[in-house]
Amino acid sequence: MRYLPLTEADRAAMLETIGAASVDDLFVDVPAEARLAGPVDGLPMHASEMAVERHMTALAAKNINAGSVPFFLGAGAYRHHVPASVDHVIQRGEFLTAYTPYQPEIAQGTLQVLFEFQTQVARLFGTDIANASMYDGSTACWEAILMAARITRKGRTVLSGGLHPHYGEVVRTMARFTQDNIVSLPTELSGEPDDAAVIAAIGEDTSSVVVQYPDVLGRIPDLAAISDAARAKGALVIAVVTEPVALGLIEAPGNLGADIVVGEGQSLGVGLQFGGPYLGLFGCREKFVRQMPGRLCGETVDAEGKRGFVLTLSTREQHIRREKATSNICTNSGLCALAFSVHLTLLGGEGLARLAAVNHARAQATVERLSRIPGVSLLNQAYFNEATLILPRDAREVVRELAERKVLGGVSLGRLFPEADGLHHGLLVAATETTTDEDIESFAKELEGVLA
Amino acid sequence: MTRYFTEDHEWIDVEGDTGTVGITDYAQGQLGDITFVELPEVGASVSKGDSVSVVDSVKAASDVYTPVSGAVSDANAALADQPELVNTDAEKGGWLFRVTLSDPAELGGLMDEAAYKVYVESL
Amino acid sequence: MNAVNAAGWRPAMGGAEEPAEKFATASGDYGLMLEEPLSFELGATDKCGVDIDAPDRAPAPGLSKFLRKAAPNLPGLTEPETMRHYTRLSRQNYAIDLGPFPLGSCTMKHNPRLNEKMARLPGFADVHPLQPQKSVEGALEVIEQLADWLTRLTGMASVAMSPKAGAHGELCGLLCIRAALDARGETRDVVLVPESAHGTNPATAAFAGFKVESIPATPAGRVDLEALKAKLGPNVAGVMITNPNTCGLFEPEMKAIADAVHAAGGYVYCDGANFNAIVGKVRPGDLGVDAMHINLHKTFSTPHGGGGPGAGPVVLSEALAPFAPLPFVTRGADGSIHLVEEENRGEGHARSFGRMVAFHGQMGMFTRALTYMLSHGADGLRQVAEDAVLNANYVLRACEDLLPAPFAKSGPCMHEALFSDAGLAEGFSTLDIAKGLIDEGFHPMTVYFPLVVKGAMLVEPTETESKAGLDRFIASLRSVAERAKNGDESLHTAPHFAPRRRLDETLAARKPVLVWRGDAG
Repeated sequence: MRYLPLTEADRAAMLETIGAASVDDLFVDVPAEARLAGPVDGLPMHASEMAVERHMTALAAKNINAGSVPFFLGAGAYRHHVPASVDHVIQRGEFLTAYTPYQPEIAQGTLQVLFEFQTQVARLFGTDIANASMYDGSTACWEAILMAARITRKGRTVLSGGLHPHYGEVVRTMARFTQDNIVSLPTELSGEPDDAAVIAAIGEDTSSVVVQYPDVLGRIPDLAAISDAARAKGALVIAVVTEPVALGLIEAPGNLGADIVVGEGQSLGVGLQFGGPYLGLFGCREKFVRQMPGRLCGETVDAEGKRGFVLTLSTREQHIRREKATSNICTNSGLCALAFSVHLTLLGGEGLARLAAVNHARAQATVERLSRIPGVSLLNQAYFNEATLILPRDAREVVRELAERKVLGGVSLGRLFPEADGLHHGLLVAATETTTDEDIESFAKELEGVLA
Repeated sequence: MTRYFTEDHEWIDVEGDTGTVGITDYAQGQLGDITFVELPEVGASVSKGDSVSVVDSVKAASDVYTPVSGAVSDANAALADQPELVNTDAEKGGWLFRVTLSDPAELGGLMDEAAYKVYVESL
Repeated sequence: MNAVNAAGWRPAMGGAEEPAEKFATASGDYGLMLEEPLSFELGATDKCGVDIDAPDRAPAPGLSKFLRKAAPNLPGLTEPETMRHYTRLSRQNYAIDLGPFPLGSCTMKHNPRLNEKMARLPGFADVHPLQPQKSVEGALEVIEQLADWLTRLTGMASVAMSPKAGAHGELCGLLCIRAALDARGETRDVVLVPESAHGTNPATAAFAGFKVESIPATPAGRVDLEALKAKLGPNVAGVMITNPNTCGLFEPEMKAIADAVHAAGGYVYCDGANFNAIVGKVRPGDLGVDAMHINLHKTFSTPHGGGGPGAGPVVLSEALAPFAPLPFVTRGADGSIHLVEEENRGEGHARSFGRMVAFHGQMGMFTRALTYMLSHGADGLRQVAEDAVLNANYVLRACEDLLPAPFAKSGPCMHEALFSDAGLAEGFSTLDIAKGLIDEGFHPMTVYFPLVVKGAMLVEPTETESKAGLDRFIASLRSVAERAKNGDESLHTAPHFAPRRRLDETLAARKPVLVWRGDAG
């Protein structure tokens, strides 16, 4: 077997050194009745690289990949062009096959990357500091709510109706077990986000308000107004960014008063990957640092006075604090953080701003063309690269029919909000720098066909 | 002023109805370099044996239990910038917090300096 | 023929003209030992490594009040500078591709490159999680096939695929237990955890709203069954047990533990971090386990990536399966595969406790793990466990005369060998051994864990080390241990030959510097 270096002769020699007659002697602690006599039933035997590649390639071919058709899906996962050099860097064995940097003398590569990543995330979000990543945006969002409760010592959280429903479901699921009080505002088909309802829901007992920016329908909430209202009641504002490219064009949440900013970093460097692995981003005010979840990389010096980096403030974490830890997270999204960081290094601030401007322009072209179709209208008063269109019928069927015509034409609100009948004519449409004029025209033609 | 000790290596100086609490020099030596001290909120009401403060070193976080019940009347603000005071001056400048005693009888169960010395040597 | 060295020039063999000390170079680099500034120190905000055409229109008027005042203050680099920056940084990392990475409980095995190639097929990598199901049938089939492998290998009824890593899987398992108890109308708020457990176990139990009570170990390093039985009662929701345990030993009384817990109305969670020792040899389902997470980044070779991403699917018993989180992939009687989400949860998964994560979990890890399983097959995976255990026992027996092995005197270990630092010279400890190994060119083992052994050193070679490679590692470990026994002071300042000497962790924690502010005015 190509991954097993021991030869039969090695095994025999090693058993002799150990003083065991057979390898079964090494499993003596396993009760005899629990030991399997041979390979597990019902599974194939080993296979060559060629055979495995054939099997997997056949499975891959059953999917329609985004790059092969006109593609307009977003809703928390965006298709951007990832420069070739990003994938090359993350496939270097020194990054790919390293462990968490617990031995800093021989992990400065990973550690310096994390320090650069934390700095990039903090600058992008407009926060003082950031951590070394979480699993994804949805879990980062729940961790932020817990952190806010520790800081404010209050337990009521308000979720804006503009929060991605998967994020909301994660929060509500977890809160059922932790008994946190979650107030979920309804999602409504309105051109403006629900800022007024969010502000009205903040009380003296409110720990935090969670506001997605831009929100799940592509609308852009007034974070500054919400932050002012929250501050007056002693509540923290958690801004959720599911499309970080937007922050090349619109103001950073931290600069608008958000106390904690979390997000999904998949847009930069990571790719779609059918939903994972993704990259949880987490930034906040420096004064909250001891309440943060997840790993933190910090600067220090070595015994010769040279600058170096270590994982620090570990006493917050599970391996030291055990049941009193700020989170149970251990493994995070290190390699995805590297991909994000390489991509953002290639872009730089001005490159990101230009990329964001192109995204917005492509979305404008898409929305303008589609809303010329009879019966189709634009919901949003403002949007970045994703907007909600109102169709004359249930968008779920429309999306499925479009797929049969080889167009991946957005995400239906019925898929995202199955229980909200009032939303089912809504279709979320996203465009990025990868969207061509031909894609837009094909989409428009096929949508006209489906709606005719 | 009278000084008492606990088996969890806290010391408390009592003057009138105010007790000043810290960790012992022996304890700081066991913990190594102190990096951060989490202090109780002034005004908080605490009961003997409650974990009211946490002393962090690089690889450990140790709870500090109040030896007496009462209300927290003060916390050592100097530790915010200089947690190392707990290492360099554990039994004086590195004090953690003050408590207004609600039940001075609780002091009866604590050790005096000689008893604590014997206790540490037994460890 | 041409003489290769016609001039008769010979490389210097050392001697009087060689400098005795390393002298200062102008660059700060030494040959191939390269220093690298931060990207922020190298870059400039007007530098860009991506060509982006100017937008063909101005921002929509509706957006004007939201526009940022200035571009983000993020210095960029061109492509050649970027490649050089990260390549130079990569050389300051140790990695499996460079040598053994014998971290106990981490299973740092070789990461096959076929896995990487398959995960990058556009049909997997370039697929959106919310595409219509008919356009992602291959992706759902990958999830279903992996689920089938996992349930067969573990002898369990079902599997929740969405958890993102081991600790997230633990949370999933405990929430299934909470949901099952709720369904029974019972409130049980205590979870028993052995004192030798990994820190995530008690942290997860607390995160899921349980109180944690600790179970002591026997002198032989196993769960104390009688002590556990004494703690069982109407408040106990379940136990979290690691098997093989964190001392590298199989829990021979696992079935008795499970029977006792079940009899008391609780559930058995097994931490599957050490599954590599028994994959293909023992099925946890046969031992009475109700839930177990599987770290695909350990047993099933997906790369650890300097700290993630991982994946932590959770196999479940019949008792817990109905409560598994959404999304949930099922195969119908006709062989068709269905993705159950909030939209259609009524169709067969109505009792799910909810959702743990956006989308479907770590698809990129699923493709890698399935590729690995298909490569090894059922026979190869069995060999994986056997070779992993053989390698660990080889290290154990080759070093136990120098380093005490507290629990393995009388018998074999599983996939990792546990040593303690007892018997080193006064003032020498595990840390010195670890840093000494770095100078020998090896990544150290796991140190000071499990906590139940003072100065613990936990060595997990994995099955992907050759005998020759192990012999080299053993020679180095023995050499460093001898030096520590003899009081070799140079160990206190090791490593001497790594990119950095010992780093000041106290300074880092006292005055945290978590972001670069070198350009602040």
